[in-house]
Amino acid sequence: MIRIGAFLVGLFFAGWLIVSFGVGAAAYISEPPQETAEHAFHEKPKALTLASDGPMGKFDRQQLQRGFQVYKEVCAACHSMRLVSFRNLAELGYNEDEVKAIAANWPIQTPDIDPATGEATTRASLPTDPFPSPHANETAARAANNNALPPDLSLITKARSGGAPYIYSLLLGYQEPPAELAQRFPDSMPGPGLNYNPYFANLNIAMANPLGSDGIVTYSDGTNATREQMAKDVSAFLVWTAEPTLEKRHQTGWAVLIFLIIATGLGYMAYRNVWAGVKH
Amino acid sequence: MSFSWAKHYEPKSDLTKWLDDRLPLPRLVYGAIGAGYPVPRNLNYFWNFGVLAGVALVMQIVTGIIMAMHYAPNALVAFDSTEHIMRNVNWGWMLRYAHANGASFFFIVVYIHIFRGLYFSSYKAPREMIWLLGLVIFLLMMATAFMGYVLPWGQMSFWGAKVITGLFGAIPLVGEPIQQWLLGGFAPDNAALNRFFSLHYLLPFVTAGVIILHIWALHIPGSSNPTGVEVKSESDTVPFHPYYTAKDGFGLGVFLILFCAMLFFAPNFLGHADNYIPANPLSTPAHIVPEWYFWPFYAILRAFTFDFFIVPAKLLGVLAMFASILLLFFLPWLDRSPVRSGNYRPLFKIFFVVLLLDVLLLGYLGGAPAEEPYVMLSQLASAYYFAHFLIILPIISKIEKPKPLPFSITESVLGKDNTGIAGGPVLQPAE
Ligand code: HEC
Repeated sequence: MIRIGAFLVGLFFAGWLIVSFGVGAAAYISEPPQETAEHAFHEKPKALTLASDGPMGKFDRQQLQRGFQVYKEVCAACHSMRLVSFRNLAELGYNEDEVKAIAANWPIQTPDIDPATGEATTRASLPTDPFPSPHANETAARAANNNALPPDLSLITKARSGGAPYIYSLLLGYQEPPAELAQRFPDSMPGPGLNYNPYFANLNIAMANPLGSDGIVTYSDGTNATREQMAKDVSAFLVWTAEPTLEKRHQTGWAVLIFLIIATGLGYMAYRNVWAGVKH
Repeated sequence: MSFSWAKHYEPKSDLTKWLDDRLPLPRLVYGAIGAGYPVPRNLNYFWNFGVLAGVALVMQIVTGIIMAMHYAPNALVAFDSTEHIMRNVNWGWMLRYAHANGASFFFIVVYIHIFRGLYFSSYKAPREMIWLLGLVIFLLMMATAFMGYVLPWGQMSFWGAKVITGLFGAIPLVGEPIQQWLLGGFAPDNAALNRFFSLHYLLPFVTAGVIILHIWALHIPGSSNPTGVEVKSESDTVPFHPYYTAKDGFGLGVFLILFCAMLFFAPNFLGHADNYIPANPLSTPAHIVPEWYFWPFYAILRAFTFDFFIVPAKLLGVLAMFASILLLFFLPWLDRSPVRSGNYRPLFKIFFVVLLLDVLLLGYLGGAPAEEPYVMLSQLASAYYFAHFLIILPIISKIEKPKPLPFSITESVLGKDNTGIAGGPVLQPAE
């Protein structure tokens, strides 16, 4: 009984799947799916090597400070960083006074409540405050950006499958749309307020090129601020904001692995010892 | 239960004697996973995975309980409280990565354990109940993992919950009310998040209970073995302790090395980037995919693209997805070959390898976007999956000519068994 029932159920599912396959395959051959603009023009991120890469990776604090400077002077005008606090900057090598000064002089103030009147007000930031958002809310952010929403950057390198190389490529990827795009996919040409960027998922990004020319920041450590250099530094900085514990993770990992390898080696010897003389 | 030659617990100190008369817990442990449990001497490394699954569950419970002390199951703050664990809680990042990767490793271990059972037909009489309880554990694990993935309240959490609960919406008439009842609303929101958290905390303990039944049922006939020939005499077995505790200890070490390599050096490799974006009901991700361990079933779900007369394709997909797991409950009665081990079943062995490749392919396809040629491939792969269990397996168990079986485990190991039935040389643990 069970086997007859099973046979019929199996025949039904397998049979209907084969029929569906046949119909689908016929359609696929007679009308192959049209290539999309994304298929034809989207590009994979360029290679980017950072000090934090790989199992031995450590942060290059000098680079993170430069990246922070790019974020502060360029990106922070539009992008929030709500999961990072000023106090965290101490991990980049700034001392207490520097952190205090950065917080106090941050161009956007921290929202607060006036203790006398209870009305909404703002005040200078303290090291314990998270970075204040440049926009009061999503509506304000969209209003200031052609109805596009600049995403919070705290987790951005983990929130895009390409990671830091994607951010780096995106920042350097602005270019004129190729003539072929206009011919083959006129609908995919950038509309008003959009910019062609082959690294962005749908090729048209609402963010204007934020690193348009060399030297838009002046690095305090004297490094030459080429577009390339700024893109690299800010990507490195965004790896840190997404995972400030990365270095500790790598260090702990090696200690744990070395311990486990020794313990497992001993475990193997114990196992061989226990089984010595017992064929199996 | 157990074999007549199983050693008996003998309390030595006054304290253990006192305890044994009042609560013989040490006696229970001694008989269950100690020297009092005789186990076939010829188990290979595939028999390590049951213990590893148990360890994985314990790791999940421990890391989970600590994280629950810092997590807030509220749609407004769930995402941020998860990041709070990652950034501000001491060793919080390690707990969370261990928990997320622990779930993946739990599934890897359990999938190997299940395929071990399939190859060596561990589901056959007299072990049907062990198999059935194992499947219950598997279902509980899937429910727990699914709800756990919702808790960080990222984009995939939200949309995964929406798609999976939406499956119930495919049931005619009662589907939509059921879906709303499950979610406590029209779409996943605070009500859903809260109940998922509550159940995510509860189900691991239910799982632990069913694991106890699973092991209890295992101890009635005792462990199977790679020859599939039942234990006949004392020389076929060794005591679980120290023989298999030592072997499992070594296996656990290897498991932890692989697990920690992943946890510390590639903790997000098995995850999805979109889950680092806070849940947003207004923005649908380009590709909604569940966690990797659901991909084979997800591929089956999406393979149905055509209505069958009045039955809509979506409902067919849902039925097929549930059927693909439920059919495993009937396996002991579908495969009627008297031979257990695949080693002695030449025809079965070929189809087993095809099934293994088929499920791996389904896994790949389930993670791929719902485009051609992936959909066509998943139709073929799903068709084989059903045909394998429901048609091919019953037929080969009839027509196959198995290879000759060894007389006993001892014979298969030593080449000869001069002990017969009566019980051979007693094995002593080495010093
Ligand atoms: C003038 C405002 C503005 C500035 C300055 C700006 N951005 Fe943007 N950014 C946007 C907007 C608007 C979007 C949303 C684009 C969209 O969705 O099409 C965006 C999107 C992004 C994205 C997300 C792309 C994706 O994959 O979704 C990244 C990453 C990013 N910006 C990085 C930066 C960095 C790094 C800087 C500083 C070097 C910067 N932005 C400066 C407005 C800005």
